Amino acid sequence: MSVEERVKQIIVDQLGVDANEVVPEAAFIEDLGADSLDLTELIMAMEEEFKVQIGDTDAQKLLKVKDVYKYIADHSA
Amino acid sequence: MSKKRVVVTGLSAISPLGNDLESSWRNLLEGRSGIRPITAFDAGAFDAKIAGEVRDFNPEDFGIPVKQARRMDRFVQLAVAAGNALVQHSGYAVTEENTDDTAVCLGIGLGGLSTLEVFHSKLRDSGPSRVSPFYIPMLISNMAPGQISIFTGIKGPNLVVTSACASSLHAIGYAYSDILLGRCKAAVTGGVEATITPMGISGFTAMKALCTRNDEPERASRPFDMDRSGFVMGEGAGFLFIEELESAKARGASIYAEIIGFGASGDAYHMTAPQEDGRGMASSMSRALRDAGLSPEDVDHVNAHGTSTHLNDLCETKAIKQVFGKHAYTIPVVSNKSQVGHLLGGAGGIESVFSVLTLFHGIVPGTANYETPDPECDLNYMGKGPEKRAVRTVLCNDFGFGGTNGSIIYKRWEGK
Repeated sequence: MSVEERVKQIIVDQLGVDANEVVPEAAFIEDLGADSLDLTELIMAMEEEFKVQIGDTDAQKLLKVKDVYKYIADHSA
Repeated sequence: MSKKRVVVTGLSAISPLGNDLESSWRNLLEGRSGIRPITAFDAGAFDAKIAGEVRDFNPEDFGIPVKQARRMDRFVQLAVAAGNALVQHSGYAVTEENTDDTAVCLGIGLGGLSTLEVFHSKLRDSGPSRVSPFYIPMLISNMAPGQISIFTGIKGPNLVVTSACASSLHAIGYAYSDILLGRCKAAVTGGVEATITPMGISGFTAMKALCTRNDEPERASRPFDMDRSGFVMGEGAGFLFIEELESAKARGASIYAEIIGFGASGDAYHMTAPQEDGRGMASSMSRALRDAGLSPEDVDHVNAHGTSTHLNDLCETKAIKQVFGKHAYTIPVVSNKSQVGHLLGGAGGIESVFSVLTLFHGIVPGTANYETPDPECDLNYMGKGPEKRAVRTVLCNDFGFGGTNGSIIYKRWEGK
């Protein structure tokens, strides 16, 4: 699976949304119905899957699906 | 102003005997057992390998979306499912006018034990940054009424009563009292528990409280029988919708029974053992009688705590004799735990549901596995099985660690 596919799968699992809703421009809160607890847990799942540490300042900038794609592409080994 | 009256206008059950009210009651009357080998986890290394599990439970079948279900401990899933089923059964429409006067008050002894175990393992294996933000909200016992409120829109008092195995009867007693006092007009009450987990089973095993008759699960829970050897853990939910009588009549509700008395007491004796002469238990029953304005002879049936431990069954028998005298020998004393196991904080919920159905249908269930009389337990435990019997009143008992006791009296509804 590509990085994007793996990210997408985590979002689908964590937020209980359909895969076709997880488009790059989708915003987690407005479009995918996430709340602050969901987002914290989503970040934790990304950290675990990609073996990265996402600091709070960085995490606050991950508003849309595409932001996560980019973050993981830039930071994962 | 005349004293308010409180009636039961809805019931729901998700139990080891079935995932709805009808199947739980039918299987109870057919004498079936809900006790099986544990499937929730590998119990191979545990002394007790059997329990009364709720089987094939799917939260989605009860209107809980997958995402929300994932954020709930099993006890909350069971509570929301039973809450949705209860509101449906009662026919109660939650409106802007009645929502603030409708309470949710549940008995829960422990709460999210499985959640605690999962996240403790994460903490230990991967460090504090791996503990989920959902850990605390999933663990706390009052998330059950909290989620019921979110799902049903009920906005009145929202709380849990935690007093070990007496939790549910105390919760029902609290809700009943709130309606009597005019603070509320209706309540979702009863109790729920889901602690068939490694920590739950090992904890009670360490106390030598659990039965280890693993090769005969269905015969393991045998309250009052000579060969009883500890309780079998159960899980599930038993809920009652209770209402102030005039409100219930005004909306044309079906009435299943009336609640007429609540008693509670403390042993001041020991952390886990009941007082040997049964005095604390007797006090709880007597106080319920006094609350209801009944004489002992007015009680037709006791739905006993009857855990199948040596001490409880002996002390409860003594207590019943203290309270009822000679009358004790004439009334059926039944333990539903013989078939569903011990739902801990949820016990009084499911047993109240069965007590109300006993009154409503005029059929007293039996105590399963009662085969060999214990000379010290010499009451009528209904070992031969259910019997048609038009009982007018049932006294329901539950007692808990800490020496806490609770009793509720239900009365058959006769149309007025």
